[in-house]
Amino acid sequence: MLRYAVKRIALAVVILFTVMLAMYAMVFLVPGDPASLALGPRATPELKALLRERMGLDEPVLWQVWHFFRNAVTGDLGYDVWSKRPVLDQILEFFPNTLILGVAALGWALALGIALGAAAVVWRDTAADRLLGVLSVGLISIPAFVVAIYAILIFAVWLRWLPAIGAGTPGDPASQARALILPAFALGIGWVGYLARLVRASLLEVMGENHIRTARAFGLPERRVVLRYGLRVAIIPTIALLAVGLGSILSSAVFVETVFGRPGIGTLITGAVQKRNYPVVMGTVLFMTAFYLFVVTAADLLIARLDPRVRDVFRR
Amino acid sequence: MSSGGRFRALRALLSDPMGALGLGLVLLFVVMALFAPWVAPADPIKLNVAEKFQPPSLAHLAGTDQLGRDLLSRIVYGARTALAIALTAVGLAGVGGLILGMIAGFGPRWLDAVLVLLFDSMSSLPMIMFALAVITIVGPGTGTLILVVVLVSIPAYARLIRAQTLALSGADFIVAERAMGASSARILFRHLLPNVVGPLLILLSMDVPVVIMLEAGLSYLNLGVRPPTPSWGNILYDGYTSIRAAPHMVVIAGLPLVLSTLGFTFLGEGLRDALDPRLRRRVAG
Amino acid sequence: MSEPVLSVENLSLRYRVAGGAVAALRNVSLSVRQGEVLGIAGESGCGKSSLAAAMIDLAGANAEVTAGAIRLRGQDILRLDQAARRRLRGREIAMVFQDPMTAFNPVLTVGAQLVDFQFNLDGVPGREKRARARDMLARVGLSDPDLVMGRYPHELSGGMRQRAAIAAALLMRPAVLIADEPTTALDVTMEAQIIHLLRELRAQYGCAIVIVTHHLGVIAELCDRVAVMYAGEVVEEAPVDELFHDPRHPYTRALIACDPARIGKATGRLPAIGGRLPDLSDPPPGCAFAARCGIATDRCRTVPPPRVAPGADRGVLCHEAAP
Repeated sequence: MLRYAVKRIALAVVILFTVMLAMYAMVFLVPGDPASLALGPRATPELKALLRERMGLDEPVLWQVWHFFRNAVTGDLGYDVWSKRPVLDQILEFFPNTLILGVAALGWALALGIALGAAAVVWRDTAADRLLGVLSVGLISIPAFVVAIYAILIFAVWLRWLPAIGAGTPGDPASQARALILPAFALGIGWVGYLARLVRASLLEVMGENHIRTARAFGLPERRVVLRYGLRVAIIPTIALLAVGLGSILSSAVFVETVFGRPGIGTLITGAVQKRNYPVVMGTVLFMTAFYLFVVTAADLLIARLDPRVRDVFRR
Repeated sequence: MSSGGRFRALRALLSDPMGALGLGLVLLFVVMALFAPWVAPADPIKLNVAEKFQPPSLAHLAGTDQLGRDLLSRIVYGARTALAIALTAVGLAGVGGLILGMIAGFGPRWLDAVLVLLFDSMSSLPMIMFALAVITIVGPGTGTLILVVVLVSIPAYARLIRAQTLALSGADFIVAERAMGASSARILFRHLLPNVVGPLLILLSMDVPVVIMLEAGLSYLNLGVRPPTPSWGNILYDGYTSIRAAPHMVVIAGLPLVLSTLGFTFLGEGLRDALDPRLRRRVAG
Repeated sequence: MSEPVLSVENLSLRYRVAGGAVAALRNVSLSVRQGEVLGIAGESGCGKSSLAAAMIDLAGANAEVTAGAIRLRGQDILRLDQAARRRLRGREIAMVFQDPMTAFNPVLTVGAQLVDFQFNLDGVPGREKRARARDMLARVGLSDPDLVMGRYPHELSGGMRQRAAIAAALLMRPAVLIADEPTTALDVTMEAQIIHLLRELRAQYGCAIVIVTHHLGVIAELCDRVAVMYAGEVVEEAPVDELFHDPRHPYTRALIACDPARIGKATGRLPAIGGRLPDLSDPPPGCAFAARCGIATDRCRTVPPPRVAPGADRGVLCHEAAP
């Protein structure tokens, strides 16, 4: 288990370094001076010179690469000349908002997705199963930001039940919770279909295993066999998917956050892209990639702990 | 594949209600895109501020937007934008993935290791984050959009091709062919290529709706297709900004996105089942 | 002689497959009395596992009984509804599965599963079910039952798992115990121990036991009576000593001749039965074994063989064995 953990973490670190290197190379491969690129056409020469110095662009390239890595490792993702604040500070200010949104979206999607997937197996090969299948594909394919806009139209503009924009009044959990409902709904709905499909497929596979036959041979009712004996095993692969899900849902939150004007990583980065605020964009991308790798790696290790069979394989 | 096989696949596709519905929707949008000038009732970028925010009527079947442009015409031309970008990007990415995957699977081991690390790194980058990074560096526009899609999609395709190539390299007929002195190029093009193209096409077709969504999303953020060129994304954005003044705009502007992604997804699923049921799990995973 | 606890009467079962059906069981009749051990022998694919599965109503969704009855204490369980059949499982008729590695759920402890398996035991509180499970584990020779209760299946050795599986089957004192290849997945010492355990339990509980195996050694050591199956039919049925000393069906003779345990040292090569099992989606008109039989005549290939009784409690399905 320890060897596996070390290997898995080492791989994540190597990937993160490759990503950093690739992004760094990309900035330098694209024609144009990164400082002017970052500052845009209206920048004054003085500002450009200041930024060049700040970014260390006067140094030899290899030296710059070394600096970039060293700073990134110590958590220094650069300095934002617009807001005059370190990039990491801004990311850490906005990230909790996005994380809450992502967790809320995945949370309700997981609950409903598992229920629908298990229902499809209990009712397998009936019309209900086929209907759930079509529904899942439909949910997966509809873009979240379109759902977001329709949700605003219906629940905020027409019915006036929920707020259309913002993250609620700071310090008022009730208003923050109300402001979370529509974005979490829009962001999670695709995952309901995805998880339902995954749980169904995984559960059907488990239902063919010998221990299921044993449970039936002792006269356990089918529902109990599916829910207790099947689902417990079938749920394990969804943990890996959830980790990937959290990583990717946080970045697809970009659109949903923008539609709802909700402060978060998404609004931070889109604002920065529109201003071509290069340090903020790069810092955010790096941060989100590191977060994604962290979650995925942690999930892999969690699975190795949860599934006694996997655990046993690594113990040997 | 024989033509009989192809017809059998088509019949299988049409006999599945979801697949048939998907094919119908996709054909609808393809016709819209190909024959946009004939299908569209008006010029999609011609302003007529006097007629702004008009609800659907006989003159404007889908109403008009905040600048008095005919919404239906904009949607029809938007189909052209969406499909042109999606097909170009996915096509280029497919070719790139095919080449890189075959190099990884067939080339020397060190090269394979390097490429696999690159693929792994690329797929660890959240797609939208990566897209935003590229847009920041290169600047927004249609070309950037295609570049992003190509870069983001190549790893998945290359991995599929690599796995297929590796699996086939050990197959008896390839080993025999090599023993008889066939060149690597001959083995690649005569034996591997025909065998790996099928699964790749299915994967490509299933990525078309993803690209349509990405294009619309980025255009919605004004980071994709530049106005006034109609894109479903910026049409939706126009609708959103007028959500109180003219709710018909946003209701109608969301439909092509919903229907096209549904259509392509259903078609992709149907195709996969019709062509190769064994792929069910591989592609889904 | 007492009434049979479980009897199978003229049972035919087929599996629906793409483009047709496979006749897995054809006109099978068997019975087992209280305290008796019946062995079902045959090579893989002969239908013995289908028969075991049918007895506990787990033959699968694509299986279809086309004729016959399975009587438990005289009552035809095939005529019961789903719920009533489910109520019998574990309580009246229990099963020990072939592969103890996969027979238990990997993510639940052995104890949790043994408690669950007493589902059909009404009115017994959970605490008592735990105690029963613990006692049964001790009784099948697991020296530290409390430890085993808290373990996951993969944390036990193969022999321990098989003992736990037998304990599970005996939990509710079923009238019939079916063991499907109970020793196949074990090594020789484990096998001997499990055989010993089954003999003890048989003496202790007096339930009827059906042992399905391809291993004639297990049959010789454990069983009172043997049914030999071939291509979905019972071709010979006899008390165990008579079967080994005086086999009547050519297939039984071949099977005994091929048993590695019975071959003298002098033989340089292992004998084998030539040919293959007939296609069960289209069974031959005559005797199913005719194509591989050394003494088959034209009659064997065209006319179904009669069932003859060469002695008390014996039956043979063969033209040539007829007097």
